[in-house]
Order: sequence, then C-alpha cells, then structure tokens
Amino acid sequence: MTTPQTSGAPLLEMRDITKSFPGVRALDGVSFDLYAGELHALVGENGAGKSTLMKVLGGVYPHGAYGGEIVIDGETRRFASVRDAERAGVAVIYQELSLIKELSIGENIFLGREPRRFGVVRWEELYSRAQKLLDELHLNVDARTPVGHLGIGQQQLVEIAKALSQEARILVLDEPTAALTDAEVETLFHIVNKLKARGVGMIYISHKLDEVFRMSERITVLRDGRTVGTNQTSALDEPRVIALMVGREVGDIFPEASHERGAVVFEVRNMTVEDPNVRGKLLVKNVSFSVRQGEVLGIAGLMGAGRSDLLMGIFGAHAGRTTGEVFVEGKRAQITRPSEAIDYGVGFVTEDRKRFGLVLDQTILNNMTLAGLPHLSGRFVTDVDAEAAAGGRAMKDLRVKANSVFTVAGTLSGGNQQKVVLAKWLLTNPRVLFLDEPTRGIDVGAKQEIYGHINRLAGEGLAIVLVSSELPEVLGLSDRVVVLHEGRVTGEFKRTEATPEAVMSAATGHTRSAA
Amino acid sequence: MSHPANEPDVKRPLTTADVSPPGAVPEGVEAPSGRFRLPTDTLRAYTMIFALVAIWLFFQWKTMGINPSHPWGIFISPENFSNLLQQMAVTGVLAVGMLMVIVAGQIDLSVGSVVGLAGGIAAMMQEPGGLVGALGAAIVVGVIIGAFQGALVAYANIPAFIVTLGGLLAWRGVILGLTKGATIPVRLPFFRELGVGKVSETVGYVLAALAVVAIVWMNISRNRARRRHGLSVPGAGATAARIVVPVLLIAAFIYLMNAGGGVPVPVLVLLAVAILGAFLTQNTTFGRYLYAIGGNPDAARLSGINIRRYILAAYCVLGFLVGVASLLHTARVGSASPDAGTYMELDAIAACVIGGTSLMGGRGTVSGAVVGALIMASLDNGMSLLNVENYTQYIVKGAVLVAAVGFDMLGRRKS
Repeated sequence: MTTPQTSGAPLLEMRDITKSFPGVRALDGVSFDLYAGELHALVGENGAGKSTLMKVLGGVYPHGAYGGEIVIDGETRRFASVRDAERAGVAVIYQELSLIKELSIGENIFLGREPRRFGVVRWEELYSRAQKLLDELHLNVDARTPVGHLGIGQQQLVEIAKALSQEARILVLDEPTAALTDAEVETLFHIVNKLKARGVGMIYISHKLDEVFRMSERITVLRDGRTVGTNQTSALDEPRVIALMVGREVGDIFPEASHERGAVVFEVRNMTVEDPNVRGKLLVKNVSFSVRQGEVLGIAGLMGAGRSDLLMGIFGAHAGRTTGEVFVEGKRAQITRPSEAIDYGVGFVTEDRKRFGLVLDQTILNNMTLAGLPHLSGRFVTDVDAEAAAGGRAMKDLRVKANSVFTVAGTLSGGNQQKVVLAKWLLTNPRVLFLDEPTRGIDVGAKQEIYGHINRLAGEGLAIVLVSSELPEVLGLSDRVVVLHEGRVTGEFKRTEATPEAVMSAATGHTRSAA
Repeated sequence: MSHPANEPDVKRPLTTADVSPPGAVPEGVEAPSGRFRLPTDTLRAYTMIFALVAIWLFFQWKTMGINPSHPWGIFISPENFSNLLQQMAVTGVLAVGMLMVIVAGQIDLSVGSVVGLAGGIAAMMQEPGGLVGALGAAIVVGVIIGAFQGALVAYANIPAFIVTLGGLLAWRGVILGLTKGATIPVRLPFFRELGVGKVSETVGYVLAALAVVAIVWMNISRNRARRRHGLSVPGAGATAARIVVPVLLIAAFIYLMNAGGGVPVPVLVLLAVAILGAFLTQNTTFGRYLYAIGGNPDAARLSGINIRRYILAAYCVLGFLVGVASLLHTARVGSASPDAGTYMELDAIAACVIGGTSLMGGRGTVSGAVVGALIMASLDNGMSLLNVENYTQYIVKGAVLVAAVGFDMLGRRKS
C-alpha cells in the first residue's frame, strides 16, 4: 500500500461547514480535509450527515446554501452547480449510479461533454478516448456496449472512468461496494490503489468497517452533523470506531413501559427475498423471527441491510421472489399478496408515507378506510356515515390535527400524515402491526406522540414489529431487537442487553447472539 | 419494486421540504380555514357551472332577433334545448364510462371505433336477432372488447395508450370488413325510437314525481343514519334547502322538456347512466378503489387492493356504456355507416377534462364529465345556430379545451 502524504498542504479542505434544513441542523461546523493520494473514510450512523457533506462538496447545494468554506489547492471555491464542482476536479459517485442504461459506455462517459466540431459529435474521437479509459481500468469491454448490458460492478467502473475523463482529483465513493460481488470488490480495490498512486484523493463512505480499515489512511467519524474525530486508521480499531459512531445517550423521550407479553402470534421461518433486478442476488437470507402478543420487536440494521425488503416480502408486496414460511397464531399462513396479509391480521405502516402510504389528493377519511373498506363500510355499496364515524373516532384517538375527516391528506403536516397511515392500519383490526420507519421526517413532538401510541398499542395486546434507522428509537421502544446485516440476522438482543455498541457491532457484520 | 425503493435514499435528516407537498402546513399550525373559504373542488364545480351559464346567455343574446317567433333568442327555447340535450346524449354516456377509466389512471382511444363497430353489428343483427338480438349484440360487443383491451392493459402490462390506439385502428378495420363499406339502415321502430323518440308528458311528470320522492327519502334517511352514527345532523333549514333546490331544477327541466314535446328518450338514458355512474364512483368500494389506484397505485396495492382486477372492471363498464352509446347514435342517425363514431373518443376525453378530470388519474367526477359534455354540446349547437363556419367551430372547441385545463392549472398553483 502506498504511503499517503499527510503533511504539507492538503488537496481539499472543508472548513466549518454548516447546513440547515428548516427545523434541522444537518451539518454543524464540520471540518474535513483530504490529501493527494489518500483514501479518507467517512463513517457514521444513518443520518449523521455524511451524504449532506458530500452534496455540499459536489455542488448539489450551491454556495450560499451552506455556511463555511471549501478550499481546493489553497484556493477558496464557490460552486454554483455540480458542473462547477466537476470543473474543479470533484467527482461524486453516488450509491445509486447515475448512468443511462440505453446509452453506450462511451456516450455515458462523455454525456454533455461530447468532443465535437461545429456542434457535430466526433464519434471516433469519443470512442477511442473512452476505450483508452476503460483499458486503464482493465475493463475488458467495447466502449460501444450499452451500459445496461454490464453488471453492477462494471457499471461502477464506468462511473470511475467518467470521473477520470473529467480529470477528477477528488473522488467521492458513496457505498461503492454495496451491490458488488467479492470478486468485483477486489477489482475495485485494485483500481482504488492505482488511483492513490496517481495522486487522486478519495473520500470513501461505507458502513463496512472491514473495508474501511483495509483501504483507508484516515477515518473521520460524523455523528448528528458534527465531527466526532479524525484519526489515522492505524490508531483506531473497530470497537473504538463503533463507540465513536453511537456515543450518545439514549434520550428519555421514550416512555418506560413494560408490556404484558402473551403467546406468540406471529412467526416467520427462513424468509428469503431475491432482488427483482439482479437474478440470484438475495436481499434477505433465511431470516426467522417471532413476536408475541403485546411485544415490540425491533429490527435494527444499516441502510441496505434488507429490513424493508424483509417486511415487504412477508406482506406479499415484494417484486422479487420470496420463499419461507409464515405462521399466524401457530397456523401456517399463505401470503402471496397484500390483501391476504390483511385477511390474516397483518398491518403494515410502510416507509415513505407519500410514496407508499397515502393517496395525497384524497381526504383523510378515504385514506383511513382504504385498507379496511369492505368491513368498515360494506362489501360493495359504501356507507360514508359509518366510515365517517369510525374515521372520526380514529382521528380523536390518535389526535390528528385537522379541521375534519374530509380534509385532504396532502395538506397535512408530516406527523399528522403519519398518524393517518397508522389509523388506516389500525382500522383493519390487525393482530400484528409492522412499522417501517414510522417517525422519519417528522418533528420531535410528533415523534413522541407516535412513541406513545406504539406503547399504548402494545399494552393493548398488539404485536408490533418496528423497523427504524434511528438506533435510539429501536432501543428505546423494543422489548427485543433483531439485527440484520446484508440480509442476514447477525444478532438478537433482549432489551437489557441491547446496548448501542452491541447492536451497532452486529449491524456492521459482527455476528453475535446474546439472546 | 426495485431494491433502492425499499431502502430510504435520503440519508440527511429529512426536512419539511421532503415530507410535505408544496403548500403544506408545518407541524402544529392549523390550516387557514376562513369561514367563507370553499374547498377547491367545490370552487371548481361552481366555476364550471358559471362558465356553462355564461355560454348559454351568450348564445341566447347572439340569437336574439334571428327568428321572428323568438324575439328573445332561440338558444334556451324548449325546441332547441331539447335538441341540444339529444345531441349531447352520446358524448355524455361515453364520458361517464371514460371518466372511470381515466380516474384509474388509464385511457381509451378506441371508443369511437367501437361505437361504429357495435352500432354496425346491432344494425346487422336486426334481421336474424330481432330487437333483443340487435340491442343485446351492441352491448355484448362493447363489453367483450372492453374486457379484451382491459385485460391487455391490466394483465399483459401493455400501456393503455398503445392498446387502445391499436384498437382505434383495428376495430375500424373490422367494421369495414364486416359491412363491406355499406351503410345499414335502422328498420325496427323501437330501435329508432331510442334515438329520436320522446316520452309523453304524463310519463315525464311521473318520473319527475318519483325523482322528488327519491330526493326527499334520501335526505331523511341520510339524516337518520348520521344520527345513528353520532355525527352532526344538518338542521331543518339546510335539509329543506337540500330538497328544494334539486326539486326546483327538476321542475324547470320537466317544464322545458314537455314544452318541447316531452323528454327525449336518449336524454332519459343519459340521466340513468349518469345517476348510475355517480353511484358507482361515489358510493361503492369499486369507485373508491378506482380513485385510489389512479391517485397512488403503490399505496393502493399495499392497502390490499387488487389493482389489475379493478382496472379490468373499469374497462368492462366503459365497454358496456360504449355499447349503449352506439345504440343511441345509430338510432339517432337512422343507420349504421362504416365511419360512425369517428372522433367520439376525443369528444369523450375532452368532456372529462373540461369537467375537471385529471388525465394523471385520481381526480374527476361523473357530474363534472356530464357538465363537460354539456359545455361541448352547447358550443356545437350555439355555433351552428349562428351559422359559424365549420372550421371556426373546430378551432373554438380546441381552444376551449386547452383554456379550460390552463385555468385549472392556474387555480391549482395558487391554492
């Protein structure tokens, strides 16, 4: 491995970066630097501010939209756009690749910057230059191949080729190995080392700490929008990094509740979910869990661990192939579509309420009754008054703030929208309720209300499966925590054993079973 | 659902901008709820009625003095009004069916060709099948074609635009093949009556009386149901207004129609279809699911709705109504010609859109679509009365369609 030059003038300095969104301070005085030929890892929990920081660097948030300054080669830069950042040698490769599948590799590499004369594209030059870049990366394909014909790993390399064609000296890799096979990871690392030797500085965002320790010279840990520390990789070890990542007190906004737990109402055995887009790739691998009446089961894991895929798969709503067995109150349940899951008494407050939860154009009432309409209203002819009565009660129980049940759902605040989705599922009389990121994007007050409802519902005997990216939330609410890492269960903890360090350690791939 | 769709792709803390639609009210802040502020949909409905009345008054004013026996204009005279409603019946029936398909986020461009085909087959079936055979054939053809195209859309995942564009061409070809290009006259008297007949004054009064009884009964039973569910019950004054206003409209309608020789049969058919359509969309699970599917298919699917089945059903209902419309049209013209129904799909779509239906799905009402059809028919009729040249009529109708949607978008941006 090359020895980076971490003395002298840095290639990039980000000083005291601050970025606020209405009501949230996403970055609070973050400083970060990068030397030529160095790989500097950026780690932190979901929502710690890593991506926001990279968007500031990449010009997604233009100068003026953030506080602090960006200095490249000793010169202060003010990017007005992504293009500006690219011209200054900054290239960001996002987790979700931004290639156009129908276009060829060459067209993608030079998209918007095609070599041309009098406005006419010079294809020969474009393809010969693209081919040269591919050769450098040992990517053995014709530059005229459509990108859609390539595997994910090769597409990643095309993104890197694109960055090189822009003569990028600062390369940001955001979870580059998330979708790669082991062999592809090795190829990528080989190229990363070559780039280091060429003096390219790289910022590497990853949840996979083993990769971080293998490849990086320095590690910076972000937490809640602040820099916790920047250290030489050699001076750190994994437990220490995990401690830095989670090091915060679980707040006391979680009401202490001990639930009377009854019999097992819901059980999943050997659930496996295949990626609908990549044949053979498993998003969820042999996951089993059970949940009792009145119990809150938390499912923790980092982005991409397969938590939502697991719930979608159980609910019969995943586009990929699923295998595994589901038991409701001890009886085998065949669930191939959401309506069957609902019939078995499974409710599912999906993540992303605007996309999967609500019909925003419609009234609170129509949204609340959507899943349980036949029994709330009538099999064929609806009874608006019966619905309005049930909806009105739900609105009062969950304290939805709106003028009436006929208010359009899209005009509500995030917290109230979330309560409407919750009401929709409660009105189906579920025996087990899945909650996927139930408090994402809502303010603290509304969060606390939702926490209160979760405890109340568990107290009333409902079995709850809670998925959340916010570790304190999972730990604060759950009676038991199951941890997923890359689609596999890597840990199961009782409430008393579920420390942030233990859960985060399992979430980063250290298998452990304490339960 | 692709993999990234299941894992949140926003890793920075979410903000109000991410989670609220434009114009959303921040947490804890009550939406402005001025006492006199009308809901947007209601406002839109009033605007539409206002536009309709304005068009009527304009034509009434313009036709003053054209005919010496009607010094105050002929547009709203009983004869012309009766004529106008007969003209809109076919478009109106099609628009009601089209509305359901559009609300579910789909489209049907084949409607005009199927009107021609079903009408042609009905005319051909007069000899062997008699009245029942002829009428039944049109309905069966409509439903089968609707089911076929609906299945291609819902189960074979072919975009509705493509399936029905293909239908637009193919079904027209089938008519030409079947009829060899010939025009077939309508011979059965009852068949003909469907298009041009009028019911006697007495029947008109009886139907009106029945409608009044139905309105009174519905209001009373609704109030009773609300009391039973513990909801607020409108006061006696409000209830009276809810009864008196529609009753006055019915009275005016019957008076006008009877002065023109009785309610035309196609108008009765349209009224029946509109009432049925309004019931289907507003008072059944079927209707509710159509709006949900068009408004947010992902949310609808995850709420346990079988999206494919309901899209297929919507096409079947439309197919049935296309069969009805083909009978009305063939009967009114008096014969089935191979080019019958040309451009009717566009009239039906335009009626829906003028009536406030969103082509993106999820928004629109049957009453809006019918008023939209009435606006289109009024423009046609009025311009013909004024002897406006044919080419101008096309331009005006096109401009009205675009302007109606333009105003709607302006209004939506502000609200």
